Amino acid sequence: MPGRTEEILARKGDIMKRALGMDYAAFERSPIAFDYEGMMAAHGYSLEDIIAIQRAGGVGKTPLLELRNMTDLVRSYAEPGHGARIFVKDEAANMAGSFKDRRASISIHVAREKGYEGVIAATSGNYGAAVASQAARASLACIIVQEAFDSRHVGQPEIIEKSRLCEAFGAEVVQLTVGPELFSHMLELLDETGYLAASLYSAFGVSGIETLGYELAQEMTALTGAPPTHVVVTHAGGGNTTGTARGLARAGATSTQVVSASVDLSGLHMASDTDFNRKSFTTGHTGFGVPFATWPDRADVPRNAARALRYMDRYLTVSQGEVFYVTEALAKLEGLERGPSGNTAMAAALSLARELPSKATVVVQETEYTGAGKHHWAQLNFARAQGIEVRAGDPAENVPGKNIIIPTSPEQVRAKDFPLAKMRRSYIRNALDHAGAGYTPTDEDLEFLAADTKTTPDVVEEIIAKLKAE
Amino acid sequence: MTGRCTPGQWVEVERVLLEPADRSENLPEDTAAQPLRMWVKGFARSEAALGDEVEVETMTGRVVLGTLTEVEPGYTHTFGKPAPELTRVGRDLRERVAAYRAREAVHKAGE
Repeated sequence: MPGRTEEILARKGDIMKRALGMDYAAFERSPIAFDYEGMMAAHGYSLEDIIAIQRAGGVGKTPLLELRNMTDLVRSYAEPGHGARIFVKDEAANMAGSFKDRRASISIHVAREKGYEGVIAATSGNYGAAVASQAARASLACIIVQEAFDSRHVGQPEIIEKSRLCEAFGAEVVQLTVGPELFSHMLELLDETGYLAASLYSAFGVSGIETLGYELAQEMTALTGAPPTHVVVTHAGGGNTTGTARGLARAGATSTQVVSASVDLSGLHMASDTDFNRKSFTTGHTGFGVPFATWPDRADVPRNAARALRYMDRYLTVSQGEVFYVTEALAKLEGLERGPSGNTAMAAALSLARELPSKATVVVQETEYTGAGKHHWAQLNFARAQGIEVRAGDPAENVPGKNIIIPTSPEQVRAKDFPLAKMRRSYIRNALDHAGAGYTPTDEDLEFLAADTKTTPDVVEEIIAKLKAE
Repeated sequence: MTGRCTPGQWVEVERVLLEPADRSENLPEDTAAQPLRMWVKGFARSEAALGDEVEVETMTGRVVLGTLTEVEPGYTHTFGKPAPELTRVGRDLRERVAAYRAREAVHKAGE
């Protein structure tokens, strides 16, 4: 049906305005700047309100566990006096099995308050199950749109498991083959049903994650006498980093370092039908982590509430094999069998803890559930069936999409620093490009870009000057 | 799985949303060459055989027309076989932690 996509995209503004439950235009300041804090506060819920909504929804207050065996494992090979204490916030204990329950809870609450009959979310991840679970509790209808299959109708077992869980919670699951047109189909569904768009990137979603950072800062203070020195966050679209960091700040944990971590999937194209099943991680990877950090407003909302570069102090990448190895280690050493994607930060934390003094404290701020399909064995079996070479060896030889190399010893788990300076420059270049040629940033724009990149207006000006000279 | 559904039975249908010619610009070549396909489950509104066009009523009450692909679709994903690269990890790491603790105990006793 030629023209249908164009027709629906032409009405995108109207459809989204009705579906988002808030008017984003009120926060625009210039072709570059917008009132981020104003947008975040527009829903009118205080942190206490959000905690109360989540409590009623069965969300949050997950256990914070000290991982003494993992800590001693790291100390067994760290330099003397090194090897930070490692903790984990067991977010898999949420009803739908991940921190995404926090992200879904406020959107669902808003949908019910405003009289929407249902909610729609586009996600192949744990977020779908969270939306479906919260919608069930709120007696709302729910549609989850998933990019699920390649053109052969072969699906990642991890995604198929998430289809199952969404359907278990009563959602209608619309499964698509690979392609960004998923967004125009979601618009059609929003238009047809009049449901709320429960976007991952709305202020509702990201505000819901603030309770995670807030809780863990308070729990660490109760347990160790101080907030953690480091929090490691699995990073994809940026909501996890943003919400957690904002929650830490609300708890007064201003000196805690926020370390984001992603699985390195460099070289794989996220919109490629053939690459789709050559990766074992469907989220928490650089294929989302880098583009979303360097241009957050590519999301399905006019302005993305998830702006990771505002909050990131460091960005680490790990290989798929390292995460599978650490997933196995966590189960065997700590009795915590959890999903691999959520253990991305755990792998990075193992490497980070080794560099830090033994008095430092590192919190891995989430886990996710595991099970058939999501389990790391299922993932490795699937990778082999797709022709990926799986072998034991040095993970430094990892090539995403070609091989998965499982370390033979924990010393080989070495996260790599992804240069933040490069990401900041790339973000500023994107902001200038979107403002249009010939637009000169104002002082307000420089302030905005500085806040959005965790730098200063002087640094932004320097970067702009260098970009112009190129 | 039978080859036919009766009205009211839980089934899966498939539809082509976009033919290759109608797809977005700037797609990688491999994706651009394929149609965008969609699968959804629901209650069949009439009798049909696999491959027939049939309307379904989905969980949210939408009516979707598509080709019948499966009757009473289930889930077959598993944990799979153990990965040989991982089977020794638990035992090895527990030994390492125990050895480290034994060394530390000796060290502390000597202080």
